[in-house]
Amino acid sequence: MIRFENVGLRYGTGPEVLRDISFTLPPGSFHFMTGASGAGKSSLLKLMYLALRPSRGLVTLFGKDMARVKRTDLPALRRQIGVVFQDFALLDHLSALDNVALPLRMGGARESDVVEHCTEILRWVGLGNHLNSLPSTLSGGQQQRVAIARAVINRPRLLLADEPTGNVDDGIGMRLLYLFEELHKLGTTVVIASHNEALIRRFEHPRLMLENGRLHVLPAHASRWA
Amino acid sequence: MALPPLTRRNSDLPLAKDPTSRFLMWLTALMVYLAALALAGALLVSDMTRRWDSGLAGGLTVQIMPLPDSAHAAPLEERTEAALTVLRSTPGIATASVLSSGDVGRLLEPWLGKEAADPLLPMPRLIDVMTNGPVDTAALSARLTSAAPGATLDDHAVWLADLRRFAGAMHLAALGIVALIGGAGVMAVIFAVRSGLAIHRHVVELLHLMGATDRYVARQFESHVIGLTLRGGMTGLLLAAGTLGGIGHAAAGLHASLLPDLTTSPWWAVAALAAVPLAACLLAALTARWTVLRTLESMP
Repeated sequence: MIRFENVGLRYGTGPEVLRDISFTLPPGSFHFMTGASGAGKSSLLKLMYLALRPSRGLVTLFGKDMARVKRTDLPALRRQIGVVFQDFALLDHLSALDNVALPLRMGGARESDVVEHCTEILRWVGLGNHLNSLPSTLSGGQQQRVAIARAVINRPRLLLADEPTGNVDDGIGMRLLYLFEELHKLGTTVVIASHNEALIRRFEHPRLMLENGRLHVLPAHASRWA
Repeated sequence: MALPPLTRRNSDLPLAKDPTSRFLMWLTALMVYLAALALAGALLVSDMTRRWDSGLAGGLTVQIMPLPDSAHAAPLEERTEAALTVLRSTPGIATASVLSSGDVGRLLEPWLGKEAADPLLPMPRLIDVMTNGPVDTAALSARLTSAAPGATLDDHAVWLADLRRFAGAMHLAALGIVALIGGAGVMAVIFAVRSGLAIHRHVVELLHLMGATDRYVARQFESHVIGLTLRGGMTGLLLAAGTLGGIGHAAAGLHASLLPDLTTSPWWAVAALAAVPLAACLLAALTARWTVLRTLESMP
């Protein structure tokens, strides 16, 4: 699904924020990504969801070498990736339903299907009463659930989440992680960047641990004690 | 209780709130107004030329001027008869008929007004000649002058050539004005679209990350620009229609038959004017698409 080989990333002429990153995520895997603030979690996720290109090294996604992929082929690849952004990245002028509908509409789905599926998923994340609400009228936790619903509406092959439980209490955080587990069971490859050790320790999943720009892959059993 | 889901689709980009929106609408209104006036002017000149051309081609006019008594010339009526005799005996001439004093008055009305019909005015005699073959106008003119002193032959060729040149220049000027307006419109749309892309860059980047193609983003701008230019264009067209109506009304008040009648424009002229906002809209949409696609090429 994802393969990084000796990947390095620097912004402009600054120092490398990611160094010699090498790992492989098989299809259908579930990984947590941990690391202190500034360790490079968001940068690594950006490389995965094709917002950035590496300064060096090889990134392979869905079996394709990203250095050789044409710009015109990127949208189709990106539509197979669901992303929960750290700041939610909801469009303020669109309702919850329209925000969630974006990936479907971009993919050319029929409008009747769009409304039906978005209504269903928003009810599933507990926002059935907020279909027409603008993000500015929702709480942080509700906005996060809209962002998650948008990330998963397209049944992505790869789901990347940057601190998805950062703005919710542990109860809702657990519920969201179980939602990701459900998607994982359906075959989606999941990577979740999180600080929340307490929540992470409740799940038996391997961990990608970033430390000073370098990555250590910890297997599931070791992950519990990391 | 849950509200029913939204059925109305909002644009993914909040372009309607941009300050450039109003500016582009009113700019389009002004441009369409000016373009419609330029086009209307060209169409009127074209129509006027066509009517005069068809009315005068294949015809000659002989004018016999009243001469002062000191000239010791034959009376006007006798000279008119002599000219008619010369004309009717000339090969290539189908008909030659004297215009009544009423007809002459109507012809002079644009210059002299209703007073042209005054019988006290020394009016010339005019003979309307229709040809059905080639006529040696120089020889005919000499024979007419000899038979009827004070007679002059006008074959309209010089006048028509001048008229056609004038109409051509007017067409070119109108085309130039419309091209300039179109160019200014294209630049305004490029500016507005680039501003929109700069203001909403983060949204465009987000849409890209979610898998939007450049074409998808361009469609958002196209729809926005089409809406603005269509509204602006229709406003401009209505203003132009009001202006042309006012000019037509003023021209009708002059009782001058030389001026074209704006109220009896052919259907195709009306259709051409009505197409101006649509053309502006199409040009703006294509410009918006091109600008967005060119600008997004530089984005990852």
